[in-house]
Amino acid sequence: MSVDLSQFIPTFLEESFEGLALMESSLLSLEVDDNETIHSIFRAAHSIKGGAGTFGFDKVTEFTHLVETLLDEMRDGRRVIASADIELLLESVDCIRLLIESARDQSGYDEAKVAQTSQALSKSLSQGASLPGAENTPESEGEAEPDAVQWQISFIPGHHLVKTGNDPLLLFNALADLGPLELSAQASELPSLSDMDPQELYLSWHLVLTSAASEAEIREVFEWVEDECQLELAQLSGQGKQDKESCNSPPDVTTSGEQVTAEELAEPTTIAAADKSPEKKPEKAQVKNKQDAGSIRVGVDKVDNLINLVGELVITQSMLSELGNDFELSKLERLTSGLEQLLQNTKELQESVMRIRMLPISFAFNRFPRLVHDLSKKTGKAIELVINGEQTELDKTVMEQIGDPLVHLVRNAVDHGIEPAEIRKAKGKPEQGTIKLDAYHLGGNIVIEIKDDGGGINKEVVLNKAIDKGLVEASSNLSESQIFDLIFEPGFSTAKELSDISGRGVGMDVVKKNIQSLGGRIQIESEQDKGSTFRVNLPLTLAILDGQLVRVGSEIYVIPLIAIVESLQAKAELINRVSGDMLLYRLREDNVPVLPIYQLFSLPADTTEVENSLLVVVEADGQKVGLMVDDLLAQQQVVIKSLKDNYQQVDGISGATILGDGSVAMILDIPGMIQLAMKSAQKNQAQHYSANVLAGETV
Amino acid sequence: MTKILVVDDSNSIRDMVSFTLKGAGYETVEARDGREGLNTAQGGGFDLVISDVNMPNMDGISLCQALRELPAFKFTPILMLTTESSGDMKQRGKAAGATGWLVKPFNPEKLLATIKRVVR
Repeated sequence: MSVDLSQFIPTFLEESFEGLALMESSLLSLEVDDNETIHSIFRAAHSIKGGAGTFGFDKVTEFTHLVETLLDEMRDGRRVIASADIELLLESVDCIRLLIESARDQSGYDEAKVAQTSQALSKSLSQGASLPGAENTPESEGEAEPDAVQWQISFIPGHHLVKTGNDPLLLFNALADLGPLELSAQASELPSLSDMDPQELYLSWHLVLTSAASEAEIREVFEWVEDECQLELAQLSGQGKQDKESCNSPPDVTTSGEQVTAEELAEPTTIAAADKSPEKKPEKAQVKNKQDAGSIRVGVDKVDNLINLVGELVITQSMLSELGNDFELSKLERLTSGLEQLLQNTKELQESVMRIRMLPISFAFNRFPRLVHDLSKKTGKAIELVINGEQTELDKTVMEQIGDPLVHLVRNAVDHGIEPAEIRKAKGKPEQGTIKLDAYHLGGNIVIEIKDDGGGINKEVVLNKAIDKGLVEASSNLSESQIFDLIFEPGFSTAKELSDISGRGVGMDVVKKNIQSLGGRIQIESEQDKGSTFRVNLPLTLAILDGQLVRVGSEIYVIPLIAIVESLQAKAELINRVSGDMLLYRLREDNVPVLPIYQLFSLPADTTEVENSLLVVVEADGQKVGLMVDDLLAQQQVVIKSLKDNYQQVDGISGATILGDGSVAMILDIPGMIQLAMKSAQKNQAQHYSANVLAGETV
Repeated sequence: MTKILVVDDSNSIRDMVSFTLKGAGYETVEARDGREGLNTAQGGGFDLVISDVNMPNMDGISLCQALRELPAFKFTPILMLTTESSGDMKQRGKAAGATGWLVKPFNPEKLLATIKRVVR
């Protein structure tokens, strides 16, 4: 039978990554003689190895075995913990991670790195304490597949065998799985009833097994008792039936107060080969591929809190329903207060449920000590990393997606921010640079700051570079923050040459894009020679959105607040009509295409005239458009409901929400709408063109 | 029904062992480390204990010793889950009163086949 264990792989992976993170942080803080830390590192490695073996991730097992051996030597005090070893172990943690990731994604990995590290590990092991001699696997299984032969087994257990929890009957059952088994018990050792200790075993057995199993396989059954018994195995010559004389001890058994019932074993019995009834197949339905489901670990306190709240909700509900049983106007006051309570309960419940998805940002910050440690070694810059606010909580999904951009920003801070020691000294700054990571809540957002005390951003250099690259006009007059924003432009890189550290093919433009796709934004503050601060502003969760409600005709739409640049009343003189139906609105030095929502969604609107209408200027992917609406309503937080789950995907709409009055409002997908508008503009232009051609006009 | 106590600090191993055993019709109770295992065991009624060796709070060897001192666990099979296949580990387990050991990595079939040596 086979049991599908693939459903446990995600748990294993999650656990392994946690284990690796623990190993890493422990290694970084490891001090000499810190046995508890070594133990916990060892345990983490040990668990990974065990799990990997079980799930058949052999490369992981193999590699982790080396790591474990090294740690074992440290744990037993057979090896002095040198800083080189710690570096090696940190490298190994990376390798294990690579291997696990490759096993998870069934993709390749950096074989050279793994091979190198594994060699270094072996070398270190052979230099240090003795290499655990490759445990010779016994048995030459070279012999051709044997036919069933008869084995004569003499099994004389020690008297105390049952006290170790072993039971001869079960051992015989296991033997019977290998083939037909005949056995006879010998009770000659049995003392008289008065001398008998019921907790001891006095019987011994003579067995004849007909099986194709090797001697090792048979001995394996007795593996756990071999030290507590005399076991003799002999292969009977010839395949033929063995004469019964060899087990000639007559069954002279008296009843014993034994665990093993003597009668059961006394007469030569043939135990039928393996009865497999209890091994039910696991239900297939369960074994669906849950690889991508993802899971979350929630503190018990959060769950308890939730249960409390549900309890209160039930109380409120029962109070209200009782009130409704025979309602009179005099009870109105109690009804009002009951409803208020319900409101309160619901609100708290909502907050609590949201909190379940929230994890402390330390999950994302944890990798930075290691990162900075490595980078600082690589660049030769002494850098201290200060982390604050690691308990600040953030939605799990947001956390997962913000990791890479943050890594990039920290790399940048080390590589471009902090100056080399000599320069710092010349500037009168401490030789050791400092990078501060900070996280805190601000309104409904989380703010993550990456602050270095390095050289700051040189505005001139940035501007010149941008002009060189044709990103801006030489004549343009940009404000400080606009210049800083240039580094987020695609194709911009100030590093004189791409270094190993930050030049990994990911630019700041990608960082900005990732942050924006999370509905966040990034700002830069920088002062020459004092340092720079990158401030990332993210929504706490992707389930709630700060929205601006707008009205078009009788419909209400939600525009994500983060996308809105400004709202204005269109002035007639600033409107230009270009080819086709395309309208451009002159917004200072920009020409912003006007997108009438009523047209896009074919709605009856109050006004179809652009003049004096309301324009909400939004921006996405660097493109601004003016959305024409009838009315601006309130700004409020809305809970995002997926259209795809509840209805179907609609172009230009990212989701829906339910407003206070119970009506449904669509949430506009700004990048989607801009694309939609571009497409229809092109189509219109084409139509316009062909219409003109048909009419014989020249365009 | 045969009731088995599974003690391991690794979620995945615990889940896997438990799942395999349940699939084969056994009842399982889980514990996250030796101390929790011992507390759970006080309740009694277990036909088999499968425990990891390396665990925080109380390791498997100590758990095994402690269990053997309980009257209810005098004859109960106790199997140690170990990746260390060295004789030393087995000796320590044996000395603590363990019935046998399961060497990780193991597959479900092997696990089920092996425990049949100690439970019905």
